[in-house]
Amino acid sequence: MKNLLKNRETQLSIVVVMLLVIIGLTIPDFLALSNLLSVYNDTSILIILALGQMVVIITRCIDLSVAANVALTGMVVATVNSMYPDLPVPVIILMGACLGTILGMINGWLVWKMNIPAIVVTLGTMSIYRGTVFLISKGAWINAHQMSETFLAIPRFELLGLPILGWCSIMVVAGMYYFMRYRQLGRKIYAAGNSPTAAYYIGIDVGKKQFIAFTISGLLAGIASYLWISRYAVAYTDIANGFELQVIAACVIGGVSIAGGKGTVVGCLLGALFLGIINNALPVIGISPFWQMAISGGVIIIAVIANSLSERKPGRIILRKAVQNAS
Amino acid sequence: MEQVNTENLDINITERKTLPGWLFSWESFLFLTAVIVFIINCFASPYFLDLWTLSDATFDFSEKAIIALPLALVIIVREIDISVASIVALSSTAMGFVAQASGDITAICFAGLVVGTLCGVINGLLVTKLNIPSIVVTIGTMSLFRGVTYILLGDTALKDYPESFAFFGQGYVFSLFGFEFIFFLFLAVIFYILLQRTNFGRRTYAIGHSPTAAYYSGINVNKHKLVLFSLVGLFCGVASIMLTSRLGSTRPTIALGWELNIITMVVLGGVSILGGSGSIVGVVIAIFLMGLVTVGLGLLNVPGIVMSIIIGLMLISVIALPKLLAKFKIRTKK
Repeated sequence: MKNLLKNRETQLSIVVVMLLVIIGLTIPDFLALSNLLSVYNDTSILIILALGQMVVIITRCIDLSVAANVALTGMVVATVNSMYPDLPVPVIILMGACLGTILGMINGWLVWKMNIPAIVVTLGTMSIYRGTVFLISKGAWINAHQMSETFLAIPRFELLGLPILGWCSIMVVAGMYYFMRYRQLGRKIYAAGNSPTAAYYIGIDVGKKQFIAFTISGLLAGIASYLWISRYAVAYTDIANGFELQVIAACVIGGVSIAGGKGTVVGCLLGALFLGIINNALPVIGISPFWQMAISGGVIIIAVIANSLSERKPGRIILRKAVQNAS
Repeated sequence: MEQVNTENLDINITERKTLPGWLFSWESFLFLTAVIVFIINCFASPYFLDLWTLSDATFDFSEKAIIALPLALVIIVREIDISVASIVALSSTAMGFVAQASGDITAICFAGLVVGTLCGVINGLLVTKLNIPSIVVTIGTMSLFRGVTYILLGDTALKDYPESFAFFGQGYVFSLFGFEFIFFLFLAVIFYILLQRTNFGRRTYAIGHSPTAAYYSGINVNKHKLVLFSLVGLFCGVASIMLTSRLGSTRPTIALGWELNIITMVVLGGVSILGGSGSIVGVVIAIFLMGLVTVGLGLLNVPGIVMSIIIGLMLISVIALPKLLAKFKIRTKK
């Protein structure tokens, strides 16, 4: 029981439930099942992207280019759909997934083979991808009437009360849970992030695992891009601008350690849900949307402080005392 | 090559190992690139080679460059600050409110500097006292600081600045050079001396090389980092004074996305993101290189977002190129 309470995921679920109760006390309607489902549906894209980011962060890297990847892939997907409306949607989704994967692989390749720190690589590709969106679209928007009906309808189609969009994220969560927990590759990714030196000595190619992590992040961004475009029914250059911060925030809140090797799918899911609930509740409670950014920033900082306090170990103090005495 | 002396020889040696022999140092490679860009610019646009064009062009990067100098020090000690643009926005907001209350220039500037420094201190305290990686801290404070400006300003703008306030951003010295640019050059010299010629600078490199070794040799690592983060905050305040004065107004979107440009300047200048190496000379040349590229493209009517592609490509290729060359060299030797 004590172990269960110490568990990061349990703590987070308690926080999420408390948050729901507090909101529910002010606005009881918020807790209606249909509303909760729609909040979940609204958070789906964030969940998908956060899971990709989690894998990257576990390998001690960071992917700042996810949002730009979503924008570029989304713009390509939307352009293809508007030019060839008869092309079946699954083909378009597959295309988006492939393109997203390739963009992720570029990041991964630069980190793996060129040995450039991930933050530098993705800072660069972030602006390259984002700029390419502008080159492709020439700054123009692609609006709902230019997209085909099936293209827009699929994520909205409701199955057992939850739209396909929500089911997509459930599938991704289940898939990632299985992959990270029960597949050898998933375990190796944890190992590579936890201690690269130890992983190297037992024969794990750390760089390659980082490449794979970026590929996964790219694949998920590719899938998310179709969902994003069809959900909001518009594609333009600034789409998902700054969303990478929300994605990283979801991971950090979910207990994924930026130092690598630590983080679970469930934690990440809860982190994303926490942000999603806040984002959805603010307008309902009547707080100006201008507060949103500061609140998510504050939440990130509180979450990392909580992380660092809970991780703080008594440690091996050898010289600290001597230093204090001397001074 | 005047900066090669016995003091920082070790740093230059480690850097040279990764470069092919004909490139003596990262700085000269950058300088060569800058010269080439300069020559290309001369041919590409007839308007480029004009004293006024060049002087005006300096306004474009001086403010960012002022932040890049202290940020280089932060990156040398293995930390990073991506909240810089948000700090600029927050201190600009503070100045806006002070300007609304009283038109006193000293009070306005003081407010900007204090708020900037405070933001830096907050970052520094979170990093050093709670031992949180600086990238997470500053991702958080990046949206926190920017978020606070959104709360304070909403969709309004502050523009009650007195006329004399305009000098910092629009004034000229010797009737040709922008005040901003001269001030940046002055700061560059100060930072060069600070990093390359003082104990403080040696400590910065020591921490970057190995924080543990630095700690055991009696350097107060946390205090040093805190000072560096506060310095970044202070100079964000300085840059904010200039930017606000140049624009004459404060909006919540002020300086949006600057962190990319500023970090690119530093990394392009040869400061390793892994810490321990880099020089102010390199950063200054990188600043000029980026300035030249932006001006040249601007004269050719290239839109800003396309420029960001080129800056992104530059960032990656300039770092990848020496590594590729080194790999190629090893292969041919075998």
